[in-house]
Amino acid sequence: MGAACGVGGSGLIYEVFRQERKGQAFAHAGSVEAPNDEFAEAYAREQYGRRGESTALWIAPRDSLHEIEDFVDELGRNYHRVDGYPLKEKLGKARELAAKSADALSAGSG
Amino acid sequence: MKKQVHKILEMADDELILGWRNSEWTGIAPLLEEDAAFASSAQNESGHARAWYELAARELDTTADELAFDRQPEEYRCSTLVQLRLVPDWGRTIARHCAYERADRARIEALKQSGDAEVAGLAAKIDREEAYHRMHAEMWFERLKDEPRFSAALEELEPLFDVREEHVPEFAALWEEMTMVRRSVAGATW
Repeated sequence: MGAACGVGGSGLIYEVFRQERKGQAFAHAGSVEAPNDEFAEAYAREQYGRRGESTALWIAPRDSLHEIEDFVDELGRNYHRVDGYPLKEKLGKARELAAKSADALSAGSG
Repeated sequence: MKKQVHKILEMADDELILGWRNSEWTGIAPLLEEDAAFASSAQNESGHARAWYELAARELDTTADELAFDRQPEEYRCSTLVQLRLVPDWGRTIARHCAYERADRARIEALKQSGDAEVAGLAAKIDREEAYHRMHAEMWFERLKDEPRFSAALEELEPLFDVREEHVPEFAALWEEMTMVRRSVAGATW
C-alpha cells in the first residue's frame, strides 16, 4: 500500500548530524528515509530534535556525501604506522628511568 | 463552562478515538518514520482527551477515567470521521488526518477565545501540539493532492467530521477492546 502511494521504498536516505550544545562538533545521529527534503526535515526534527536534545541538525541526502574509505599506503612507508609498536613496554622503561633520575637528582640535592 | 461541557465531551471523545485509530498503525506503517509519527500523535491525542475529560469530569461530578472508559458505546459523542477503521489504507488514513486537523483547528481557535479562562488556556496549550500535527498533515497533503485516489478520499471523508448521530459498525469492536481491561475488574483502582 505504501508503494501505491509513492512512499514506501521510493524514499531517499538522509543522514542526520546533530549538535548537542552550541559550539560543539556535529556528530552523526542516524538516518531517516524520506521522499524529499521537506519530509526529511520533519522526520529529523521529530526524531533528533523535538525533545531539546539538539541545538542544531545537519541533514544531507546520503548520495550527496562524498565517502573516502581507501587509504592506500602508496610509498610502502609502513614505518609511519604505529600499529604493532610495543609502546607500552617502552613507556614503562622510560618511566622507570625517569623515576631513577628524579631520585638521583633529589639525592644529589640532599 | 456548563454550556460548553457537551462540546468539550464531544471533543475529548474525538481525540480519544482518533488516538486509538492512529495507534493501530504502530508497527505496520509503510515507513518507520511514519510509524513513529503516528504513534507519537496517538499519544498526544490521548493526552488531549485526558485533559478535556478532566475538565468535563469536574463539571459532571465524575472522573476522567469513568468518562473515557465506563460509558456505554452509544453514549460516546465522537464524530464518524474518527470512528472509521482505515488500516491498512494509508491514503485514506492521510486523508482523514488532513480532514480532521483542518476541522479541529477551527474548533480549537474558537475555544481559545472562550470566556472561561481554563478552557481558553487548555485550548491554547493543546494548540501548540496540534500545530505540529497540522504541519505533518499539510506536508502530506502537498505530496498527495494530485493523486485522484487521495482527493476522492478527502472529498468523501471531510463531511464526516460533523456527523455524530450514530456510530459506524466498527466502533463496537473498538469500544469492546478499549474498555476491556476496565470492565474485567469493575471498580478496581490501578
